[in-house]
Amino acid sequence: MSAAPLLVLLPAAAGLALVLLGPRVDRSAAALGAAATATTLGVLLGTGRTPEVAYPFLLGLPWRLGIDGLSLALGVTVCVVTLCVLLVAPSQVAARRGRLAGFLLLFLSAVLLTLLAGDLLSLLVGWELMGAASYVLIAHEPGSRRAVDSATTALLTTRALDLGLYTAAGAALAGAGTLGFDALPGLSGWPLHLAALGVLAAALGKAAQLPVSFWLSRAMDGPSPVSALLHSAAMVAMGGYLLVRLAPLLAASGWADDAAAWTGALTAVALGVVALAQTDLKQLLAASTASQLGFVVLAAGVSGTAAGGVHLVAHASVKSLLFLLAGLWLHTVGTKELDGLRAAAWRAPAVGVLAAVGLLSLAGLPPLALWGSKDAVLAAALEHSPLLYAAGLVAAGLSAAYAGKALVVVLARPAERAPLHVPWTSWAPLVPLAVGAAALSLLALGTTGQRFEELLDAGLPPVEPVGLLVSGVLAVAVLAAMWWRGERLTAAMPVVARQWLHLEAAAHAVVVRPVLSLSAALAAFDDHVLDRGVRAAAASTGRLAGTLARADDQLLDRAVEGAAAGTVRTARASGRFDVDGVDGLVSAVAATTRRLGAQARRPQTGQLHQYYGQAAALLVAATVLLLIVR
Amino acid sequence: MLDLLVFLPVLAAVVLAALPRLSDTAARAALVAVTGVELLLALGLWVGYEPGGGVTSEIAYERELQWIPSVDSGYHVGVDGLSLPLLLLTAGIFFCCALYAWREQLRPRTFAALLLFLETTCLGVFASLDLILFFVFFDLSIVGMYFLIAGWGHGQAARSALKFFLYTFLGSLALLVGFLALFAGSDPHTFDMVKLAQDPPLQGQPLAGGLALLAIGIGLAVKTPTVPFHTWLPPAHTDAPAVGSAILAGVLLKMGTYGFVRIALPMLPDAWRTWAVVAVVVGAVGVLYGALVALAQTDLKRMIAYTSVAHMGYVLLALGAAGMLGGTDEQARTVAVTGAVTQMVSHGFITAALFLLAGVLQDRAESYDLGSYGGLFSSAPRFAGLFAVGAFASLGLPGFTGFIAEFQVLAGSLGSAPVGVIVALLGLLVTAALFLVAINRLLLGEPGRLSARVSDLRPSELAAVVPLLGLALLLGVLPRPMLDLIEPSARVVVELVSR
Repeated sequence: MSAAPLLVLLPAAAGLALVLLGPRVDRSAAALGAAATATTLGVLLGTGRTPEVAYPFLLGLPWRLGIDGLSLALGVTVCVVTLCVLLVAPSQVAARRGRLAGFLLLFLSAVLLTLLAGDLLSLLVGWELMGAASYVLIAHEPGSRRAVDSATTALLTTRALDLGLYTAAGAALAGAGTLGFDALPGLSGWPLHLAALGVLAAALGKAAQLPVSFWLSRAMDGPSPVSALLHSAAMVAMGGYLLVRLAPLLAASGWADDAAAWTGALTAVALGVVALAQTDLKQLLAASTASQLGFVVLAAGVSGTAAGGVHLVAHASVKSLLFLLAGLWLHTVGTKELDGLRAAAWRAPAVGVLAAVGLLSLAGLPPLALWGSKDAVLAAALEHSPLLYAAGLVAAGLSAAYAGKALVVVLARPAERAPLHVPWTSWAPLVPLAVGAAALSLLALGTTGQRFEELLDAGLPPVEPVGLLVSGVLAVAVLAAMWWRGERLTAAMPVVARQWLHLEAAAHAVVVRPVLSLSAALAAFDDHVLDRGVRAAAASTGRLAGTLARADDQLLDRAVEGAAAGTVRTARASGRFDVDGVDGLVSAVAATTRRLGAQARRPQTGQLHQYYGQAAALLVAATVLLLIVR
Repeated sequence: MLDLLVFLPVLAAVVLAALPRLSDTAARAALVAVTGVELLLALGLWVGYEPGGGVTSEIAYERELQWIPSVDSGYHVGVDGLSLPLLLLTAGIFFCCALYAWREQLRPRTFAALLLFLETTCLGVFASLDLILFFVFFDLSIVGMYFLIAGWGHGQAARSALKFFLYTFLGSLALLVGFLALFAGSDPHTFDMVKLAQDPPLQGQPLAGGLALLAIGIGLAVKTPTVPFHTWLPPAHTDAPAVGSAILAGVLLKMGTYGFVRIALPMLPDAWRTWAVVAVVVGAVGVLYGALVALAQTDLKRMIAYTSVAHMGYVLLALGAAGMLGGTDEQARTVAVTGAVTQMVSHGFITAALFLLAGVLQDRAESYDLGSYGGLFSSAPRFAGLFAVGAFASLGLPGFTGFIAEFQVLAGSLGSAPVGVIVALLGLLVTAALFLVAINRLLLGEPGRLSARVSDLRPSELAAVVPLLGLALLLGVLPRPMLDLIEPSARVVVELVSR
């Protein structure tokens, strides 16, 4: 047995325990959670890459779990980020810490399952559990109606597109009889296209790409530590991961790879503009996440597996750092509005250094992490199409602009404000993330880059010094422009960009409201037509029964009554007949007999001479009779 | 042992009925004890069961006694991979309901006797291998449920009970007509289900076979219920006692779907293949329609009732897809039928738990109105936690049996019935939406008008609900023990319908 199932079960069991213990472990939850995460990380590092093992699950569709280079790299990243988040969370979230830590661990378990999955079914299980955990985590403040609605929006939007994975699985089962990732590019005909479409939809949804990026904006209503894990290193990153992982399927379809590349490029540019227009730090970071994931999706579309992997890891480090800093300021300064964060970096210098590293890396300043990783993606795009490269370059410039915008605000000249008291426990866990944000460009460059390529078993595009130079110069130039003129440039951003391109309103108009109207209409139909039909049928049955009953009363029963009356009359008649006729006859016979008897008594006088007379008469009569007969 | 399993409850019911001076506590204890023994007996059957094909052969615990030999109908019972999961489900749900009913104040002795009578009829339906026997148990279950709703319900209980009785009884008459057609079409004439499946009647007679399927289909569709024969379900659930709703949704609805997989597919394969598209349409429309109508409900019990319509739609969809031979191989269709049977078990556990939880609201505040509650996560955390778990299980979250069922149905059917599956997928999304809406209104946000009256779950309620959801979780994570039972029989059904 490989260690792969352990990696999923360990955080799941720890998370479940913390959730069930709830308030009883509020104080120790962070430490317990961190211990469980550290153990998981240790097991993962100790195991390293392991081949896929199948465990029985459904008929002919086993769990296939293995660890390859990409899943190892992302698994380690997610574990490290979770560890930092768990350690920092108590300083930012006051309520229900045990529950928060428990669900973060359950979420980690789902992410690891997603990463270890070697088939669509195992992937789908991890994928959907991630979504459900995200709902619970975003709605962590149960009294906040806004947070609850946002959690619902996030889950329903991503789940709508997750349905693509069900169709992809169905198509693979119909086309290949197996759900293994290795079999997917070998599909042909409609199953191939349906599988590619389904995977693409699900991945774009989770990665908050156009046109559903709005759910990420709503997800910012959750606690900052949650965003630091879900909306940088894990959930949205898994959308990018899936496309990178299944890039061969996208390529086999002949169209899905281009669709991915262009959606990614478009999102990188459009959401970059949206980020630039934000006035709220978390909203800016969220739009930036969608934009940065656009680079990963673009990489997957041009088969840049390694480039996408590098960018995922580097971005996770940068963005989790920044989300946690936003949370720290929200907790200490009391706002996440950029206006309120003016000069915040100076008020707690340690935090300020971390913020500067994170924002400069996000801007793509050489030699920080996102400079190298983004350039790997751009190089892969250039191999494919100059247009894609150009779009990527625009997006890179935009990321320097929005990072610069935030940087200018927090580094503004120190005002007359008291220094913030930030205990070291609130910022020390962020140091590893800052180190990553600074140094992870090494994954794309030089000998470390080669070793990363070996780990992923996939090649990075050859390092083009010109490309590196171009993006480096671009970042520096844009940062400089923002420093001098940034506030004036960004003040004129259109409302449509600040409102996330009105995507949520559009989704409400096109999907949500029609569905709710249809639902209400069908409910009315069910009550007033279908059920009334049944009731009408019952009522008409009742009426029919009434009619029949009346017919019964008026015709049949009358006939019966008539028959009865007739019978009575007949009976009376026959009674009369009986009395007057039959019985009369009998009586008459009796009377006659009696009379005859009386008359017969009369000859019996007892006088002999009369008997002789009678005998003589009888004799004469007999003689006469004899004479006549003969 | 099977006979004991089926008839022990009704014997206990007779004893209870014959002891008018029995104390209420003793009656409750007897109910828990007998249903507990039943559960142990059912588990014993499972332990001793060798997974085999079933339906036409390899039937376990078979017993055949003469009853009406002139029409070749007898007391023929047995167990296979289609019936054993449902027998286990029935025994489990009745036991949990007995625990829940520990606090039943109204005529507990009669209540216990009625519940035990109902348990015999339910187990009898699933154990029967003779159409007449099946029909007798089927109709008696309607009678038992009628008295349960009418006697222990609330609201317009009498009216709803009557509607339930008349509608489903009428359906059962259609079923009987179909059974008579099967009998008349068989040669030699028989009501024996095994013989009828081995040598299906009315093969090569499309008109007669189609009409027989129509009669059986309508009879079972009313009981399941499928769109458009479902309108008896919401009032019956709304006015039934919690235990009645749990049994109605958890067990009685399964008789309809079980009838499809046990009778319609194996005994009328020709007709089923011809009309499979109707099942696909009814199933897929049911999934979406049920979910959409449920979304608009403001009454929690009506909402759950409509999700039952949606969940039963998956079963029809999968069985229809199993009859559409073009497009996919046998493995995909076996996966679909396995999913259909899994869905029956899964829906039983999860929906029974949800109805019992809904009963808690009625018990505390006498209202199912979603708008009157809110914030229960703070005031009644156990209730809220379990309701949330039940809702996520019901919306098909992986880790629960609902996902195992629905994934198999959808993935297995896609090759045969792609449009149906896509319609059903939309239903899956709406189901997610409606349960999230229910959670948001009931459990989160500000406390509502009646929230203060909802005290948290009592031990008997906890003991009833936790095992149901626990099983949905356990079998959702480790489904092999359940699937090992179902898969061989599902494969046989697929082979039989492909003849």
